Amino acid sequence: MNKIIGIEEAVSKIKDGDVVMFGGFLGVGTPEKLIDALVAKGTKDLTLICNDSGFVDKGVGKLVVTKQFKKVIASHIGTNKETGRQMMEGETEVVLVPQGTLVEQIRAAGYGLGGFLTHTGVGTKVAEGKQLITLNGKEYLLEEPLHANVALIFANTADKAGNLNYHGSTRNFNPIMASAADITIVEALKIVEVGEMDPDSVHVPGVFVNYIVDGGQI
Amino acid sequence: MDKALIQEYIAKRVAKELNDGNVVNLGIGLPTLVANFVPEGKTIIFQSENGFVGLGPTPEEGKADPFITNAGGKPVTILPGGAFFDSSTSFGIIRGGHVDLTVLGALQVDEMGNIANYMIPGKMVPGMGGAMDLISGARKVIVAMEHTSKGEPKILKECTLPLTAKGEVDLIITEMAVIEVTPVGLLLKEINPEFTVEEVQAATVPTLIVSEHLAQM
Repeated sequence: MNKIIGIEEAVSKIKDGDVVMFGGFLGVGTPEKLIDALVAKGTKDLTLICNDSGFVDKGVGKLVVTKQFKKVIASHIGTNKETGRQMMEGETEVVLVPQGTLVEQIRAAGYGLGGFLTHTGVGTKVAEGKQLITLNGKEYLLEEPLHANVALIFANTADKAGNLNYHGSTRNFNPIMASAADITIVEALKIVEVGEMDPDSVHVPGVFVNYIVDGGQI
Repeated sequence: MDKALIQEYIAKRVAKELNDGNVVNLGIGLPTLVANFVPEGKTIIFQSENGFVGLGPTPEEGKADPFITNAGGKPVTILPGGAFFDSSTSFGIIRGGHVDLTVLGALQVDEMGNIANYMIPGKMVPGMGGAMDLISGARKVIVAMEHTSKGEPKILKECTLPLTAKGEVDLIITEMAVIEVTPVGLLLKEINPEFTVEEVQAATVPTLIVSEHLAQM
């Protein structure tokens, strides 16, 4: 079982029209090399699921600039003017989702749940078209799972079995997205041998990870 | 007062709402300044919704860790006793009522405690980020903002912009006043002595209920 593959092979697993999740929060904890390779390959008509749409020159924002997304699902697009422009001009469909709801929709997909109830968004535009359920006197929205064809995530360290460890605020959406796609590819800054990572310090178990790409040190 | 002084004045007043041991999330902009005025002897645990508690000050130049950033993507530090986690845990903390207090700016607030702060249709659509979860999940919600925008009131009878949350605001703190949202209307609790009650009312659309114990800010 060898999970390590080259970057070219990794991005070839993404097909035109796929739904793709990207880990990272404003470009921190983002699989930057996989993004660059996807820009070079030109895969198109993708649906993006990410916390935000990054910056024009950093993170998933680079793929917004090259117009490789037909749809963007994110909690925040304010740091990338191009996403807003494409939305206003009707070039790209943008769905804004509250951050906590977005991560929980992804978690629901990865953790075998049919959906969940949240009070977040009640009485706002977010509630439009959703089932409103009153339980014990409190109103909730029924939110459905968000699944992807491929998840491209980041890790500070991976062992060759795909166990992942994080440093600082790089975890964000990565550990949750690892569970929620048909294929999960991790870009790791450092790859170690099986047995070198203390099982107590594993943040994401390797069972969620299909492939590992060497991200190299920055 | 110029803008910087107004913001500092508001932030200082908000800081008086902090209680020892509180878990607090501060929004971008003016609310961030509140961290500079934590009352002496009180320990406040600041949460950063991108994934940690124990948010510390900006690092010294050249000492920034590129992997420790705040929810605005800027380099920060983590204090002893802090902890990193993923976004699911972060929003579990927020939605689950484990954040005692959140402080946010607003485009509009109304007398029902509704708040609009994430978009102006057709003009500015940055997205809500974590604001909807924070406002609906935190135990107490304080709006910290300038009382008016270009002379126009921001405290309205009913918000006209898309809402970030319905009926969740508890307290409004501006450079003019401290106003509590109550079931019967907006209660003017404190006033900046540089202004009269009439002046505060003139800058506010709904009729204010003046507290019997109206205090100076």
